[in-house]
Amino acid sequence: MQAEKFSYDNQIVKQFMIAALVFAAVGMLVGLIIAIQLYLPDLNLGIPYTSFGRLRPLHTNAVIFAFVGNIIFAGVYYSLQRVVKARMWNDKLSQFHFWGWQFIILSAAVTLLLGITTSKEYAELEWPIDIMIAIVWLAFGANMFGTIIKRREKHMYVAVWFYIATFVTITVLHVVNSLELPVSLFKSYSLYAGVQDALVQWWYGHNAVAFFLTTPYLGLMYYFLPKAANRPVYSYRLSILHFWALIFLYIWAGPHHLLYSALPDWAQSLGTVFSIMLIAPSWGGMLNGLLTLRGAWDRVRDNPVLKFMVVAVTAYGMATFEGPMLSLKSVNAISHFTDWTIAHVHVGALGWNGMLSFGILYWLVPKMWGTELYSKKSANFHFWISTLGIVFYAVPMYWSGVAQALMWKQFTQLGVLQYPNFLETTLQIIPMYIIRSFGGLLYFSGLLLMFHNLLMTAKNGKFIKDEETEAVPYDREADKLQRGLIHRWLEKRPVKFALLSAVVILIGGLVEIVPTFLIKSNIPTIAAVKPYSPLELQGRDIYIREGCVSCHSQLIRPFRSETERYGEYSKAGEYVYDHPFLWGSKRTGPDLMREGGKYSNLWHYLHLEDPRQMSPGSIMPRYAWLLENQLDTTTTASKIKAMRTLGVPYENGYENFANRDLSKQAALITEDLRKSGAPAEADKEIIALIAYLQRLGTDIKVNKAGGK
Amino acid sequence: MLSDHFSGIEGISLYPVISLIFCFIFFAAAIYKVARLDKKYLTRMENLPLETFSENKNNSEMINEVTQ
Repeated sequence: MQAEKFSYDNQIVKQFMIAALVFAAVGMLVGLIIAIQLYLPDLNLGIPYTSFGRLRPLHTNAVIFAFVGNIIFAGVYYSLQRVVKARMWNDKLSQFHFWGWQFIILSAAVTLLLGITTSKEYAELEWPIDIMIAIVWLAFGANMFGTIIKRREKHMYVAVWFYIATFVTITVLHVVNSLELPVSLFKSYSLYAGVQDALVQWWYGHNAVAFFLTTPYLGLMYYFLPKAANRPVYSYRLSILHFWALIFLYIWAGPHHLLYSALPDWAQSLGTVFSIMLIAPSWGGMLNGLLTLRGAWDRVRDNPVLKFMVVAVTAYGMATFEGPMLSLKSVNAISHFTDWTIAHVHVGALGWNGMLSFGILYWLVPKMWGTELYSKKSANFHFWISTLGIVFYAVPMYWSGVAQALMWKQFTQLGVLQYPNFLETTLQIIPMYIIRSFGGLLYFSGLLLMFHNLLMTAKNGKFIKDEETEAVPYDREADKLQRGLIHRWLEKRPVKFALLSAVVILIGGLVEIVPTFLIKSNIPTIAAVKPYSPLELQGRDIYIREGCVSCHSQLIRPFRSETERYGEYSKAGEYVYDHPFLWGSKRTGPDLMREGGKYSNLWHYLHLEDPRQMSPGSIMPRYAWLLENQLDTTTTASKIKAMRTLGVPYENGYENFANRDLSKQAALITEDLRKSGAPAEADKEIIALIAYLQRLGTDIKVNKAGGK
Repeated sequence: MLSDHFSGIEGISLYPVISLIFCFIFFAAAIYKVARLDKKYLTRMENLPLETFSENKNNSEMINEVTQ
């Protein structure tokens, strides 16, 4: 058969690369700012848009979806065309995908700063953006499948399987976790409540790590590492096992984010068991990557691309060993809610994703501009300051995580908490926060160095927009290979391959999620738990808007150290009206589950105005604008109606009187504040937030009092 | 609480056994299939990313090279 001439589209790869570099700078800079805010809280300059609670989701979204996302697309568009020997199916669709994704990122940046958020981690974007994500993601999938279908290469290389699994799984995760009821253009409530919302969120959150930060990057590793080392992958057999085992097991592990929570025990145990099993495929993949360099280790010494890739794959191995260890209940009891988790994710993000991205970029730019890398020395220097940056980041975070957890749990000989004041434990770890931000600064400086190096490389070369090539078309008749039929049959059929991947990933999700929804006894109802009052509901939405959940959990685990500090441990039935759940995943400040009634209204008023008035040394930002902002009560009726639709038992027609009740409750709080000498006004946002904080966890307290 | 509910289901003890067998069969079958894969095919797939037109090999030559 005659070879056909065609060209690879490098333009789209270039666009995604540039976007990735720009957003890497933005995401990491925001990360650096919030790292510094943890010891200089006034760095937000007293304005809402730059406060920690709003910048933190901006940082995570920018790094995950803007930096890593754009690298994934650049890498996929480059490698996919070459392993299937075909140009991308549709150039216009590629462009739609590119501009659509960048528009989503900009919308995310604007809305998150404005406090428009669902508060669900890594899924903070509100419903109109969720819809845009779905459309653009499907366009990417269509383009990918179109390319695979018109391929000239009979078999799909292992990298392509990882890309397909990524596409299929992210589609499922995004749709299921984003099911929400819109209240207005920029506000919605999660369809799920409390425990169910938590389970769906962490099934999503965990698998966003698995299928956005891991599987596509493994695909990239299977393409770019052999390319950079100029030798084939160590074992193709291992890569097949790696793939199926990884996607089968990963999807079950989500509940390990909810150990000791109000989630049913059986689901927690499943999460742990599958996390431990995950070590096998993860390390299989890591070894496959590292052993690809067998016999070529000498080249690592003078090849910066390989250096970055070796550290990336090693970091992947470390993070995927640490993950299962953290899912052991006894380890999790210490690590959860502390900086240990932050260290763990950054070994993955800075080590695995960051370093692999840098390696790929240093390899790709000279290739696509038809030249040599401008400065190998600079790339080597970048490698060393990035590696040091990771060390300076991770080590203090491990230290502070363990130190703080031990202080939280420390009792005196008399059996009382040694550090009853949460702030005491925070002040101990401030030096660690300072060192961590230095690590971040090193890593960020390396990025800037790479900008310069890549820019100069591009200047020295000439961009090859369309790379001319030729290949013989795919001839079905020519397939004479007989053995190992099933898998080969499968990988020749991308659509069936995708469907099978979907079945494999759905098994775990369904086994865990369906029973939690169907079996009533999983979430025992508590008669004393009542829906929020209209004012509390408005206050809760302010709590969500300001991102309080970034630093405060609402989940007391059944440990003596926690019940002593915070009160009765959390019950599943207490959250039945929480759309969305607000358990949080990090305690930079104390848990607020039973905050209600702990302090006076005045304490909250003054504390929100300036936390250091009440708690000298506190690292919480001031929320002075809450004292000024008028509470928007025009939304009360639609919020009550939406909540009723979701099953919260507000009486029919209550929305018509809700604002009357709201005003009454606000007047009571304001009166109390005024009596105490605070110049409070009933129509300000702070009153609603105080109402919410004073309500937190009181249902059970009421129950206890009633029982006596 | 949950065990109370689950114990009410007839033959519940069979469920984990079925899951275990399912899991075992999935991986046993995968390992068996992978072990039986054709060596030539594996070599060809391993080398797939390394093939480039600039190396003066198109894929028909590669196929011939590997499968002969």
